[in-house]
Amino acid sequence: MRIRLNGDPHELAAPLTITALLSSLGIDARRVAVERNLTVVRRADYDKTMVEEGDEVEIVNFVGGGHA
Amino acid sequence: MPDYLEIAGRRFQSRLIVGTGKYSSFSVMAEAHEASGAEIVTVAVRRVNIQDRSKESLLDYVDRGRYFLLPNTAGCYTADEAIRTARLAREAGLSNWIKLEVIGDERTLFPDNEALLEATRVLVAEGFVVLPYTSDDPIVCRKLEEAGAAAVMPLAAPIGSGLGVQNANTLRIIREQTRVPLIVDAGVGTASDAAIAMELGADGVLMNTAIAGAQDPVAMAKAMRLAVEAGRLAYSAGRIAKKMHASASSPAEGLITR
Repeated sequence: MRIRLNGDPHELAAPLTITALLSSLGIDARRVAVERNLTVVRRADYDKTMVEEGDEVEIVNFVGGGHA
Repeated sequence: MPDYLEIAGRRFQSRLIVGTGKYSSFSVMAEAHEASGAEIVTVAVRRVNIQDRSKESLLDYVDRGRYFLLPNTAGCYTADEAIRTARLAREAGLSNWIKLEVIGDERTLFPDNEALLEATRVLVAEGFVVLPYTSDDPIVCRKLEEAGAAAVMPLAAPIGSGLGVQNANTLRIIREQTRVPLIVDAGVGTASDAAIAMELGADGVLMNTAIAGAQDPVAMAKAMRLAVEAGRLAYSAGRIAKKMHASASSPAEGLITR
């Protein structure tokens, strides 16, 4: 199945939880925030929120910056 | 008399807020942060690089026991983008503070005040502590305050320009009317600029490029710390009135020539 991940097409074998997605990408869940279809997913819900065909997922973190 | 910056009930000893962008390395940034004495450090929110996970993380170089992380919505051009970014930042940072930026123009990086007000209202209603970067327009600043902003943060000059305080009189007017903390956000180039902002009555100054872009960022960070302290002290001390002519500071009596 195909999703859009951080703006790019991304292939997944089957629907999976946010926890499983982060783990498969090697991302430390404590350092990121996740949005699924324009809605923020609360950390506490990572285990029960499924990523499915056609979903738009954004995974963000903090980077250096001050203005604009 | 104890002097501290209080925003939304939280107290800070330092009145200098610093950014984390444009440094040559994270270790130079960490040293500069230390030299600045700042307690609030602002960070941007961006997509994780999915392809390359090898890069170091900014958070390895910001001791969160020591610095209060202030996420920003830098780079957002609409209220919607800024609101989404703020919600993500809250989830990533476990804090409800947001330095709100809604940029209106790429060349000047001036804020879109209409969208800024809209985003402020939405985020305040959602329980955010909103610190908006705004133009130096007293009416917009007043509307932001009325909308529930925890501080108002007018620019002194365009972001990254280093021009210093270009709007002393409007900043004075904003100072006079503002009840929440007034933070001068953007435009500082060197230490005297920060001192001038503080002498005008700002409660704090936020800067990034002036430190990160200096030849020696660590030395400039220290200069900024001292300048912010000096400017604050001078403001509190109450300066003398400006006069047209000279006024001698030695007694007129007892001169050997008379």
